[in-house]
Amino acid sequence: MTSAALQSDQTQLEDIEIALLLEGLYRVYGFDFRDYSPASIKRRILERMRAEKIATVSAYQDCVLHDDACMERLLVGLSVHVTSMFRDPSFYLTFRQKVVPILRTYPTVRIWHAGCSTGEEVYSMAILLQEEGLYRKCVIYATDISREVLRKAREGIFPLAAMQEYTGNYMKAGGKHEFSDYYTAHYDNVIFHPALKTNVVFSEHNLVTDGSFNEFHVILCRNVMIYFNKALQERVHNLIYDSLSMFGVFGLGNKESLKFTPRADFYDKLDSRDKLYRKVR
Amino acid sequence: MAFEIVVVGTSYGGLAALQVVLPALAPDFGLPIVVVQHRGKDTDNLCEFLQRHCALPLAEPNDKEAIAPGRVYLAPRDYHLLVERDGFALSTEAPVGYARPSVNVLFESAADVYQGHVVGVILTGANADGARGLAKIKAYGGLCVVEDPAGAESRGMPQAAIAATKVDAILPLREIAPFLNQLCQHEPGSSYAS
Repeated sequence: MTSAALQSDQTQLEDIEIALLLEGLYRVYGFDFRDYSPASIKRRILERMRAEKIATVSAYQDCVLHDDACMERLLVGLSVHVTSMFRDPSFYLTFRQKVVPILRTYPTVRIWHAGCSTGEEVYSMAILLQEEGLYRKCVIYATDISREVLRKAREGIFPLAAMQEYTGNYMKAGGKHEFSDYYTAHYDNVIFHPALKTNVVFSEHNLVTDGSFNEFHVILCRNVMIYFNKALQERVHNLIYDSLSMFGVFGLGNKESLKFTPRADFYDKLDSRDKLYRKVR
Repeated sequence: MAFEIVVVGTSYGGLAALQVVLPALAPDFGLPIVVVQHRGKDTDNLCEFLQRHCALPLAEPNDKEAIAPGRVYLAPRDYHLLVERDGFALSTEAPVGYARPSVNVLFESAADVYQGHVVGVILTGANADGARGLAKIKAYGGLCVVEDPAGAESRGMPQAAIAATKVDAILPLREIAPFLNQLCQHEPGSSYAS
C-alpha cells in the first residue's frame, strides 16, 4: 500500500472516530455538535488534541467522556470565534442609518445577539445604541453555548493592543465620540465601562438544542451559522424567524446568505451589501 | 490521477503574481481554483480588482456555496476559507500564523476532502504559511507546484514550501498557468504522476 493510500485510510478512520466522539459528547453531556460543518470542527478537535498531547481521537474521547474539565476545554475550543469590536464597520454604519430609525418608533426594544462569543460585538452594539439615545429602552440578550465564553463577555476586558484597530472600526462605523471614552486602560488590558452592560443579559443558550425564549425586534446572528451544516442552518433559520416580531430586523455575517434557506421569501432586504433583513411575512 | 481542484496560496507580492497567473489561465479551464491571498481587513475591493485580470469568473464565496469548475474563488478578508465535500465553509477561528485567511487552513482542508486529487500552488510570500498545507497535499498523493524562489518577489513562502516537502515542480512565475492549463487537459483517469 502506498503512503498516500495509508494517509487516506487514516483520514477515513479519523472521520469515524470524530463522529463517535461527537455522539458521545451529545449523549453524555447534551452538547450536540453532530450537525456542525465538518471541516472546521475536525480542525478544532485535532487542535485540542495537540494541546492535550493526545495522539488519537479515540483516546481523546476517553478523556472527554470521563473528565468534565477536559470536556469543558473542548467546549471552549469548539465555541470561540475570534471577532473584533465593530467587525465589518459598514454593517454598523448601515445599522445606524437604516435600523435605528425603525427602532426609534418602538417604546421598548428587545435585541437577541445569538452566539455572542466573548462579547466584542455586544459592546459595539451597546455603544452604538447609547450614541443614538436608544440604549435606555433596549434590552440585549447576549447568548452563547459556552459558560466560559460568557464569563469573558460579562467581564468586558479586552487587550489594549486591539484598541487601535477597534478605534478605526468605530470611526468607520459612524462613531460619534472618542472611542477611548468607553473604556479604562489597565496595564495590557482595557475594561469597558460597566454602564454599557446594564441592559445586557448574558445567558447560556444552545441554538442547536434550545428553542425560542422570547419575541425580539432585532436578532443578530453573525458568523455563527457558518459552523453548521445546511440541515442545522435550516433549523436555526426557522428558530430565528419564529423568534422575530413582524417587521423585526435580522442581521447575518458578510458572507452568509438567506438565499436557499427555507425562510428566504419571508424577509425583505434592508441593505444589499450588509446582510440586514426585515421580516415581512 | 485526475485532479479535481487547484488551491493557490500567496502573500507579499501575490497581487502582482496573480496578475501574471490569472490572465494566462485557459478560458475553458476545467477545475475550480481557490486562492488565499493574505490581505488586510480593509481590502474590500480586491475581488473586483483581480476580476479585471481574469477571464474566468472570480468571486468571494458565500458560506456553503457549491464549488464549480472553471471558476476562481478568492478567500474573503478576515475569514478562513475551507473546502468540504459539498461546498465552501468559512470560519472565524483565530488567525493561524497571524493570517486569516490562512493558506495552511485551506490546503489542509482540501487534502482532507479531495485526498490525492488536489493541485497545490505556492507563490511569492514573506512568511512560511502554506508549507505545512502543501506537505499534507503531498502526503495524500496530490501535486505540488511552487514558484521558483529565485525569481519570486519574496522567497520566504516558496522556500519554506520546498523545504517542507518534495515538490513536483518548481517553475518561474510565467510558466505556472501554462503548466496548470496542461494538467487540466488530461482526461479524467489518465495519470500525470505516480
